[in-house]
Amino acid sequence: MTAVLDVRDLDTSFVSPSGTIAALQGVSLTVNTGEILGLVGESGSGKSLTGFSINRLISPPGKVVGGQVLLHGQDVLTLGEEDMRQLRGRRIAMIFQDPMMTLNPVLRIETQMYDALSAHESITKTKARSRAIAALDEVGIPAPEDRLRSYPHQLSGGMRQRVAIAIALLHRPDLIIADEPTTALDVTIQGQILALVQRLCRDRGTALIWITHDLAVVAGIADRLAVMYAGRIVEIGGVDDVLDNPAHPYTRGLIDSVPARGTRGKRLNQIPGRMPALTDLPKGCAYAPRCPRATAACEAMPAIEPISDTRAVRCFHPLTGEAS
Amino acid sequence: MAEFIIKRVLQALLVLLVMTVLVFFGVNVIGNPVYIFASSECDQACLTKIIADLGLDRPVWEQYLVFLGNLLQGDLGNSFTHGIPALSLIFERLPATLELAFAALVLALVIGLPLGMRAGLKPEAFSSRCIMAFSMIGFSLPVFWIGLIMILVFSVQLGWMPSIGRGDTVEVFGTEFSFLTLNGLHHLAMPAFTLSLIMMAMVIRLTRAGMREVLFADYIKFARANGIRERRILSAHVMKNILIPIVTVLGMEFGGVIAFAVVVESIFSWPGVGKMLIDAIGVLDRPLIVAYLIFVVFMFVILNLLVDILYSILDPRVRLGDSPT
Amino acid sequence: MSLTSSVPIVAGSPRDLAKRFMSVPSAVIALAVFLGFCLLGFGAPLIAPQNPYDLRQVDILDSLLPPGSQSFTGMTYWLGTDGQGRDMLSAMLYGIRISLIVGLLSGFLALIFGTMVGLVAAYRRGWVDTLLMRIVDLQLSFPTILVALILLVILGRGVDKIIFALVVVQWAYFARTVRGVALVEGAREYVDAARGLRLGGLRILLGHILPNCLPTMLVVATMQMAMAISLEATLSFLGLGLPPTRPSLGLLIANGFDYLQSGRYWISVLPGLVLLAIIISANVLGDRLRDVLNPRL
Repeated sequence: MTAVLDVRDLDTSFVSPSGTIAALQGVSLTVNTGEILGLVGESGSGKSLTGFSINRLISPPGKVVGGQVLLHGQDVLTLGEEDMRQLRGRRIAMIFQDPMMTLNPVLRIETQMYDALSAHESITKTKARSRAIAALDEVGIPAPEDRLRSYPHQLSGGMRQRVAIAIALLHRPDLIIADEPTTALDVTIQGQILALVQRLCRDRGTALIWITHDLAVVAGIADRLAVMYAGRIVEIGGVDDVLDNPAHPYTRGLIDSVPARGTRGKRLNQIPGRMPALTDLPKGCAYAPRCPRATAACEAMPAIEPISDTRAVRCFHPLTGEAS
Repeated sequence: MAEFIIKRVLQALLVLLVMTVLVFFGVNVIGNPVYIFASSECDQACLTKIIADLGLDRPVWEQYLVFLGNLLQGDLGNSFTHGIPALSLIFERLPATLELAFAALVLALVIGLPLGMRAGLKPEAFSSRCIMAFSMIGFSLPVFWIGLIMILVFSVQLGWMPSIGRGDTVEVFGTEFSFLTLNGLHHLAMPAFTLSLIMMAMVIRLTRAGMREVLFADYIKFARANGIRERRILSAHVMKNILIPIVTVLGMEFGGVIAFAVVVESIFSWPGVGKMLIDAIGVLDRPLIVAYLIFVVFMFVILNLLVDILYSILDPRVRLGDSPT
Repeated sequence: MSLTSSVPIVAGSPRDLAKRFMSVPSAVIALAVFLGFCLLGFGAPLIAPQNPYDLRQVDILDSLLPPGSQSFTGMTYWLGTDGQGRDMLSAMLYGIRISLIVGLLSGFLALIFGTMVGLVAAYRRGWVDTLLMRIVDLQLSFPTILVALILLVILGRGVDKIIFALVVVQWAYFARTVRGVALVEGAREYVDAARGLRLGGLRILLGHILPNCLPTMLVVATMQMAMAISLEATLSFLGLGLPPTRPSLGLLIANGFDYLQSGRYWISVLPGLVLLAIIISANVLGDRLRDVLNPRL
């Protein structure tokens, strides 16, 4: 397997006159062809920011300040604006969280799809139309010819997300970054969208980064899993591996706080406290103040170290071999 | 859609009816209708005749119905000074006013939109602050004062611009237009710019506010993530969202522009309906004054109606009025 | 216990607010300019070298003198004279006076009337509210200058008439703003608490809700006053507002307009500059007040 995306030591900061806030620090991850990487974390952990950093769409004052983002070996951070634009949508596509807000409310679906197509190739309206119809058909939208004339508000949330997915897939990108695309949907629709994206990516060998806070979703779709906390990746590895035998205490805490069958009536294990603000990070390991295993050593920042061929963890006291 | 339009038309008709009642009672109850419809040289015999002609011996509601009946036939009386029907006088003068108003509208959009976009894209930049200061000045300064200073500077001191009249005109479809000749354009420039300032200030503010809101919307991020060119994003994806409130406000303000044209026309001696009104007030040409009032109210209500319909065409959410399935 | 003591009017004591207000130089300048013109205007009968309304003091032979000229009788016209030989300085002082009186009085009356309507609408709710707000919407959908123009054409000239017209075009702003604030305030806990104490409706309205509308009303009133002064000047310029016997700044500018073409700029430009200073300072004041009081506008 070859790496489609190789992110190395990515640093992203918010730069303001009153100081610089490091929002992402040393984020490294790889995604291979046809692979689905789940990126998990609480809100504010930097998981969405990682997605936007990869295709360089952070709004100021946010700024990528260090590291490399290699797409098939080429560092996209060194590209000029126009080259970067040509990359977006054609080789890296995105799907957003809230389908109600993703499509422009005053433009027809047709116009939005035509714009997405003509951004990267010169194409006639009739050809674009048939491409759009095919794309809508592919994501399971009934009567796509009629839907082209629709405005977003005439479609349901699930339908809109399907349209957004169809737009993202128009150019058969190498990589799709999906930022919590099912969070705003009903549970049954969630399942449909999950299955749809999974199938499309598998069929085409598209790499996918699925950003979510929902471990259950990741368990169902991802091949590998990366857990983020306070702007850093704390654990990364195969999804079953990590979920069955978490090495980082935070991952353990996350898993334990998910209600599951068989735990009915039992007390849920919650992680005490809350994630620190980026402006107020503790010295050393950011999780230490909430961590039951923290020691004096944790006042230094642990490096992310491999613990097996496929796994790495950022902790001085990883949970090894003490599986539940 | 049809239902929406019918509803709005009925509303507009109701407002019109209310306004004719207000003007009628304004003229007949607050002012003395005899003096309003009589010329200043009228003697006792002619006064009695007018009272009979106007049917002032009849009850007020009957008088109002007669007034309304005449109004529906387009009969607003004859101008004393010109001796022709007041309404035809208005229509004769109207093209000049409309030309001025449209020129102002175009100027406001052509100058205001780019300035507002600039201020919205880079709100912290020095140029953006200057733009916003300019818009505040445009908002708060009285129009007549700006016109006056323009005349003083560009006509009296520098001698660059003519300060009076329309200049050379060209007749198109039986109507005279200034903007088709160089000399006419030269005459049009200062009054049109003066009249456009309020609208321009408004366009700048609305555009800036719209930009600040729309630029951060998810759908703009999504458009960027799809690699759509920045030029296309701004000109279509952002612009269409911003234009909706701008068109609404401009449409509603257009009536105000016609009203402010009274000021600009009297400063620059522009021969439109506004100057006609001020002249009519000067010589107490009362039928002409009343005709102007009714006409302006009429035009304003119809404008509001058109704006609402245009708004519904621009915004699919209003137009289709249906909810997601 | 004082009824208003427990009512949260705005964050911060008056002293804090004043301090915050003064922390911006432009606001301090605007306040000084505005108060300065108020002083000049209301002190006009005391400080003006001439009573411009008294024709016996005006000499037609002294007409159209440039600033700094000497009169026949040895008096210096620091700002020149107008077409009738009136001392411009005196005429402007009296003009400021009449402009300010019209602006302040019409704003105050509109404030009282609009506030009453707004409070009644917010308090009675239901069809009263709907009806009143429909009228407000209709009024606001017409441009102010158009309404004022129509009214003055029907009514004719006069101080009382222009004040009436200005009240008519302004009251709706106050009514809508006050209703909005009153509805928000009415839903707050302290009003429930007051209801719990079985205080009468009127007492709640005047003692509890009204004080909380005051900051918002102050901001709207400042802005409206600037608008009213500007509108009065415009109407007077057109010959529709004040009578020629009571020349406001707008009328002075109009009088000078005829002489502008011949280069006698001072008759128009000087009162114009004063008008400008008053309107801009009032606008800056309003902006700053809004920032400081931060009412929900």
